[in-house]
Amino acid sequence: MAEALKVPTMAEYMAEGKKPEVLFWVGCMGSFDDRAKKVTKAFVKLLHEAKVDFAVLGTEESCTGDPAKRAGNEFLFQMQAATNIEVLNGYEIKKVVTACPHCFNTIKNEYPALGGNYEVMHHTTFLKSLLEEGRLTVQGGKFKGKRITFHDPCYLGRGNNIYEAPRDLLRKLEVELVEMRKCKQNALCCGAGGGQMFKDAEPGNKEVNIKRTEQAMEVKPEIIAAGCPFCSTMMTDGVKGKDQEGEIEIMDVAEMIANAHDL
Amino acid sequence: MELITQLIFLIVLVAGIAFFTYNIRKVIRNIKLGRKVDRSNNSGERWAKMGRIAIGQSKMVKKPVSGILHIIVYVGFIIINIEVLEIIIDGIFGTHRILSFLGGFYNFLIGSFEILAFLVFVGVIIFWIRRNVTNIYRFIGNDLKGWPKNDANYILYFEMVLMILFLLMNATDYQLQLNNAIGYVKEAGIAGSFPVSQYLLPLFEGISTASLIIVERTAWWLHVIGILIFLNYLYYSKHLHILLAFPNVFLSKLSPKGEFDNLQSVTNEVKLMMDPDANPYETPVEDGETDVPEKFGASDVMDLNQVQLLNSYTCTECGRCTAECPANLTGKKLSPRKIMMDTRDRLEEVGEIINKKGKFEDDGKQLLDDYILREELWACTTCNACVEACPVGIDPLSIILDMRRYLVMEQSAAPNELAISMTNIENNGAPWPYNQMDRLNWAKEN
Repeated sequence: MAEALKVPTMAEYMAEGKKPEVLFWVGCMGSFDDRAKKVTKAFVKLLHEAKVDFAVLGTEESCTGDPAKRAGNEFLFQMQAATNIEVLNGYEIKKVVTACPHCFNTIKNEYPALGGNYEVMHHTTFLKSLLEEGRLTVQGGKFKGKRITFHDPCYLGRGNNIYEAPRDLLRKLEVELVEMRKCKQNALCCGAGGGQMFKDAEPGNKEVNIKRTEQAMEVKPEIIAAGCPFCSTMMTDGVKGKDQEGEIEIMDVAEMIANAHDL
Repeated sequence: MELITQLIFLIVLVAGIAFFTYNIRKVIRNIKLGRKVDRSNNSGERWAKMGRIAIGQSKMVKKPVSGILHIIVYVGFIIINIEVLEIIIDGIFGTHRILSFLGGFYNFLIGSFEILAFLVFVGVIIFWIRRNVTNIYRFIGNDLKGWPKNDANYILYFEMVLMILFLLMNATDYQLQLNNAIGYVKEAGIAGSFPVSQYLLPLFEGISTASLIIVERTAWWLHVIGILIFLNYLYYSKHLHILLAFPNVFLSKLSPKGEFDNLQSVTNEVKLMMDPDANPYETPVEDGETDVPEKFGASDVMDLNQVQLLNSYTCTECGRCTAECPANLTGKKLSPRKIMMDTRDRLEEVGEIINKKGKFEDDGKQLLDDYILREELWACTTCNACVEACPVGIDPLSIILDMRRYLVMEQSAAPNELAISMTNIENNGAPWPYNQMDRLNWAKEN
């Protein structure tokens, strides 16, 4: 693994006069958070594996403004949106894929009215389409038969009605998919949305991520699969909080697929 | 004598409807205090959604027990009201069971009303037990203490009494027909069928026809007066949903739940800031609008939009939202139901000022702080569980967001750590103090 990952940027593509098939929007968590960076790399490996012609914005990428908007700072959100849209439109981006449901939701739903119109896909949907096109194959491998539950990210599930793409991928991994009592439309939040990730919780009797971890523990999974860097962090903390880190692993769906491929 | 009772009936009927109309006009006036919002798009999709969710009760059955019981009460309410049509005609024209000429079909109608009335009665009893005896999370919250709890029970008592009166009216009528009482007996035979109230007949053994007529007339009058009182109670209760659920679902948001509206006032400001040709010292063009800049977000009900205010009148305080709220479930103060109740209470308070003074005058109170606490607003994860849970398309999250917008953009009153992360986004393009130039470093790390 000494070989560095090849991650082309839009600027490089532009210099060569080329346009990629898709822009990979990495997001702040995916760029800076140690846990989420592993998901980013796993996803890049899958993109290479499927021979997807992609690029990232790199240093030209900036926060979509999601946490600011949901915290009430519409001004900051629209400033971020305006800057990002200028960059994206400058590169004539048509298609965006991201591993973060918050970035996905913001770019897909809130940028169009501000002048940013792109086809936006969450990485699970994108990976599923690669499978359907036969560009990527997924086998069970080391996950075959493992007891796995999927935690629905709010901004993927309720926010955008995407419930099946990540589950379809897990089924391809031939796992034993078990559903929590609260799943899909009724899934409980991990506790990070709406800016909560960046502040202490209000006084209460429990942390939301602990509550969600307890719900997951009810179905005794070996792995809690996630599709959002915020959820992954919160659930990892939750599992630690319940002293289950030896028993339950938290993995992004993309990580699992890359892992099954021994990438 | 006949004519006097007809006249009294007409007066009671007109007064009941007039007073209800008077109050509904206040509701409409209050809703119009809110900002205008355009929900005129996609009317086909809106009708379909209304058909599915409001008429079809599709979200109610997500909780099967209360959902099915609710459908019984809802269908019963609508169907039994066909009977009210006959009562009104009989009352005005001094007739008795005017629709009985329908013959077999009439018998079928009355028979099904009776069965429904019985089912409604049983349903309402179960509702009462659920509310008062069992420990259901959404019925034991602090936001239901006091008036809201009593209000809910009053409605259940109303419905029980109305159903009893309906069945009593039918039972005595049946007995009177059997007794061949004048005015009750029809040439064509027994009018109506009485699958439920026939079991009440043993109660009337040995009671004279004259007394039975008194019982029947009393039940008839109390039934119709009861309906009118109930109609007028709606405005003072949480029960307006039986009317407002339909427009509320129709006007609810169609876009994905994750999508939050972009404030146009902010877009204008941002455009101005980013426009290299804009002259910040330029005098704004006079366009007849007030020169007070538009307030960002909401601190009081007038800052909310009309759909949000309609939401508050529609809410029947079932608490399905609160029972799904991650903040509430982990002991935080936030309850989406309370957000809706507070909005309505404050809107009613504002309405009262307008009733008294002709227009709104500052009473030193507002929705923020006097009703909804900052602690509640900041506990929200914007997860949309409350919006998903609401069976009638209410969006408590949009109110929370608008109030956060006021706190942040008008008062710079975000919690400290959140304010720091926003400064980071502004300076570094990420919520943490990392340099934007390091954004691609992950690609070089192993």
